[in-house]
Amino acid sequence: MRFSIYRYDPDKDDKPYMQDYDIALEPSDRMLLDALVRIKSVDDSLSLRRSCREGVCGSDAMNINGRNGLACITPVAGLREPVELRPLPGLPVIRDLIVDMTQFFKQYHSIKPYLINNDPPPETERLQSPEERAELDGLYECILCACCTTACPSFWWNPDKFVGPAGLLQAYRFLADSRDQASAERLDNLEDPYRLFRCHSIMNCVDVCPKGLNPTSAIGKIKDMMVKRTV
Amino acid sequence: MVKHVVTGAHYGLRDWLAQRVTAVVMAIYLLLLAAVLLVSPPHDHTAWKALFSEQWLRIASFLFFVSLCWHAWIGMRNILMDYVHATGTRLTLQVLVILSLLFYAVWSVDILWS
Repeated sequence: MRFSIYRYDPDKDDKPYMQDYDIALEPSDRMLLDALVRIKSVDDSLSLRRSCREGVCGSDAMNINGRNGLACITPVAGLREPVELRPLPGLPVIRDLIVDMTQFFKQYHSIKPYLINNDPPPETERLQSPEERAELDGLYECILCACCTTACPSFWWNPDKFVGPAGLLQAYRFLADSRDQASAERLDNLEDPYRLFRCHSIMNCVDVCPKGLNPTSAIGKIKDMMVKRTV
Repeated sequence: MVKHVVTGAHYGLRDWLAQRVTAVVMAIYLLLLAAVLLVSPPHDHTAWKALFSEQWLRIASFLFFVSLCWHAWIGMRNILMDYVHATGTRLTLQVLVILSLLFYAVWSVDILWS
């Protein structure tokens, strides 16, 4: 199978280049990550992140034939050849397919991704009704792979100011949590022309999310909450 | 001068909502205008003049132009915020957009009530 892979080692290369590989895959090489591991056994200078190899950790997000996705859950069978692999767009490249996620996590941390509740901790746990718990479905499953945020042009243009779809999905995850008491502060934090309102609902995030989540819908619900408290 | 990025202008919702409301106003006006033109299509200059001498249509048209300018301002600022990152240049362009939109609004009044 033929691959064309983005290579860049800032210590050695003046600029990035695409390297072609023609690799014979074994029948057990079913996912793109299997193929990459096969390539790495031939050329160990190729750098990529990987860990769980089953779509849970979010380490091996990359741009596959122009579309962000996780290599470990992308079947090689359906891929157009040569398979063009590039690092996630919009983030600085550390080496080959590895990007610097600092800006992404900075935005994630800026929405305070933890439960804020000033009541004294109860004896057992903070209970939720099944309905309250159901509000978190489609939000808590995010694995922070950055596929969505790096597919978003608004994040490309303003990565330092726009929270991005992943961060906003998590912002709504805590706004939607019946146990959280900081809704007003969370909305204040996002009431900003850059942090939330750079989203123009083009839905690239929904298109690429490997977990099938819908950040655009979550962003819409944040705007709904703002409208309800203002109007 | 601080080098780190500062956000928190505490507006955003107002403009986002205004963009939607002005869009609805423009849609209603265009439907209304289409209905008027379908019911009694003016065939010559005098008929057009007579149609726009109606005070209610002038006011409706003026509301449309105001909505259009407001809508365009929010859209233009969004584009400038996305693509123009030097603050001075962005401010200059924003002022130019505001001035031209104000000019168009005043001009529309002149056209409607002249």
